[in-house]
Amino acid sequence: MAQRAVAIAPRWPGTAAAVLVLVLTIGTLAAVGWRAEWQRGLSPADWVVIRFTLHQALVSAMLSVVLAIPVARALARRQFAGRKVLVTLLGAPFLLPVIVAVIGLIAVFGRNGVVNTGLTWLGLPTVTIYGFHGVVLAHVFFNLPLAIRLILQGWLSIPAERFRLAASLNMPVGRLLEWPMLRNVVPGAFLVIFLICLTSFAVALTLGGGPRATTVELAIYQALRFDFDLGRAAMLAAIQFGLCAVAAALVWRVTSVDALGAGLDRVVQRWDLRWPLMDYLMIALVAVFLLMPLAMIIWRGVPGLALMPASIWAAAGRSVIVAACSALLCVTMALGLALRGGSLIAVVGVLPLAASGLVVGTGAFLLVYPVINPARLALPITILVNATLALPFALRAIAPSATAIQRDFARLGASLGLTGWAFVRIVVLPRIRRPLGFGAGLAAALSMGDLGVIALFAGEAEQTLPLAMFRLMGAFRMEAAAGAALLLLVLSFAAFWLCDQGGRADADL
Amino acid sequence: MQNHIYLPLAAGFALCATGTLAQTPVLQVMTYDSFVSEWGPGPAIKTAFEETCGCEVQFIGTGDGAALLARLQLEGPRTEADIVLGLDTNLTAAARATGLFAPHGVTADLDLPITWDDPDFLPFDWSYFAFVGNAGAEAPTSLQALADSDIQIVIQDPRSSTPGLGLLMWVKTAYPDTAADLWADLADNIVTVTPGWSEAYGLFLEGEADAVLSYTTSPAYHVIAEDDDTKVAWAFDEGHYMQVEVAAKVASTDQPDLAGQFLAFMVSDTFQSIIPETNWMYPAVVPADGLPAGFDTLITPDTALLLSSEDAAAIRDEALDEWRNALSQ
Repeated sequence: MAQRAVAIAPRWPGTAAAVLVLVLTIGTLAAVGWRAEWQRGLSPADWVVIRFTLHQALVSAMLSVVLAIPVARALARRQFAGRKVLVTLLGAPFLLPVIVAVIGLIAVFGRNGVVNTGLTWLGLPTVTIYGFHGVVLAHVFFNLPLAIRLILQGWLSIPAERFRLAASLNMPVGRLLEWPMLRNVVPGAFLVIFLICLTSFAVALTLGGGPRATTVELAIYQALRFDFDLGRAAMLAAIQFGLCAVAAALVWRVTSVDALGAGLDRVVQRWDLRWPLMDYLMIALVAVFLLMPLAMIIWRGVPGLALMPASIWAAAGRSVIVAACSALLCVTMALGLALRGGSLIAVVGVLPLAASGLVVGTGAFLLVYPVINPARLALPITILVNATLALPFALRAIAPSATAIQRDFARLGASLGLTGWAFVRIVVLPRIRRPLGFGAGLAAALSMGDLGVIALFAGEAEQTLPLAMFRLMGAFRMEAAAGAALLLLVLSFAAFWLCDQGGRADADL
Repeated sequence: MQNHIYLPLAAGFALCATGTLAQTPVLQVMTYDSFVSEWGPGPAIKTAFEETCGCEVQFIGTGDGAALLARLQLEGPRTEADIVLGLDTNLTAAARATGLFAPHGVTADLDLPITWDDPDFLPFDWSYFAFVGNAGAEAPTSLQALADSDIQIVIQDPRSSTPGLGLLMWVKTAYPDTAADLWADLADNIVTVTPGWSEAYGLFLEGEADAVLSYTTSPAYHVIAEDDDTKVAWAFDEGHYMQVEVAAKVASTDQPDLAGQFLAFMVSDTFQSIIPETNWMYPAVVPADGLPAGFDTLITPDTALLLSSEDAAAIRDEALDEWRNALSQ
């Protein structure tokens, strides 16, 4: 099996990336804890917060994954016109800045939204989006696209030869091929989404309807901003890491290792297709759910485009540069880590997900402040932090392929004397283009929409597009802000599409 | 071994430092984000002050008032800021406790509905908290009437927003002994609680609620900038809690004279006449030309409520617990 005896690819870039991730996650936490004056332990109210946080994350992640499986299967085994575009479009909600997505969701499910207008018109009672179910709805809206993409990649990674073999032997595809793949992919997807929901703050608060929906991240915000209690913030952030560690350990126990050997990258042909109607129905339902809020953002944003101030373009330009730099840094780190291999990847690949954005920002501030005024480093720090926060997604996309390539081709490469950078360039990069492009696209889009880090550091001159949008809202200019939200949506999506498309120019997806 | 790498760097920094010393002095003003934005008062105030001071004004913008205090506490005595502008009276007790501020030394004839004698913090604008709703719709006349009605409102979280904290103080001041009961009555009126003012106001304009917690001066924006008189603030019998926004001189400033000059400028006609149509608040000193047209359409509460900064700090945690318990049922 996989032998690590041959030195296949260089290891130091992965080690460097791992060190950076550790500094920005654990290091920033330590910096905050170091400055703290420790006061009190956990109160009963804190336990309520922890319970709510876990509960909503668990339900959101379960629903996202359970819904994603039939949709991913339908997309994997059906061919229809516009499938390529649809798969790309379905990924869009995950790329949205939180505040933009909430606006879109409220335009559809809110008191004055499309759904309730329709229900009233039909004489039916209206529904409310605010409450526990609203939080879950929003989290599913955000994360279902990610779950679909991760599981779809799993399906597409089953070599065509296996389906051919199964068909010729008349063996059940589901039990032999799909179930092992799902066992391999689903726990990881679940973990990622669980952790994203665990650190949710604005979504949970805005749609949760009040202090019932307080998450640990909001408690951290309160500790940092309201009480200026660094010790409490550090303790809560440590609890968040603890929850993450427990979840990750549980998931890794159930994840099995794929061991069937490599295929020849052929187009998948299926011989076991029944129930086409069910597949198309699933795809249609999910498409409506995911695309309606996007349509509303466009609908509301178009009139605002003309109202945007000229400064919005400079802000947009800055955001594009930040996104491009973050994406490049992020995939470089991910590739380095994936090729380095070892147990470090598993840890480094989830740590940023469990990190509290606010603690990372505050810790980075404390680390940088003795050396230089953080306002002067606003954009570089934003790039660094965004690349790190997007790393788990890029790594998740890249690592399985990189590991498989090493496993399948390392011996061949070694026997031909193909090692080090040459192996990376000739064997790895061409075969890894699709996940690499996907990872870069995710990193670029996530970085484009980030408001957390920049808001902590930026002066007047460094405003990015999300910050400019937020400033428009703060100055009563909601219509212009809707225009800026549309611009942000277009740019995030374009960044993702460009990278993703570049990565699969000749692929079959 | 590695010193030779840092030597040119250090020399570079030293050069930069002497460079700035030789040039015009710089006054650093740390303030909240919307003050600095191109629609806020910041740009006009920078231009106006630079015309007279022979200095350069640099703004350091960060979040809202609470974030501002947190940022200052993070930086501590080493802060580069000379002036901190944008705290409110709910934050000044904590700010004073840091020991980072020096007395302002300015005597001004302030036009506040209350007397002001704080030696450290000097007001630059103020307004009353109020619920803003649509003209012509049902308008309650008190907090209790609102709580008894079916009207749907959006408020901000007191843990992450200064208006949210203001409402907490409003209820506690109007109903010192029965605040928890009022919150329990209000619970079914609250559509949702947002992290900040912008999200709440946006939801209200989208039609998600009948009213939003904002200021009595908010309708002035719609009247003056949009020629729209459909947004009104509700006058409540219990009186309205005030937000007084203040600035102060940082004790460790390297520009004490310039900072003092700025605080004096802050209560002058030039500064104060910029405030109403950029910050949409009342100026702390009404300018000679009076308030802009449109401000005369606003409601003027009969009773102004405001706790001293010490009292506000003392009851904050209790009021927050009452709020959280009532809304968590």
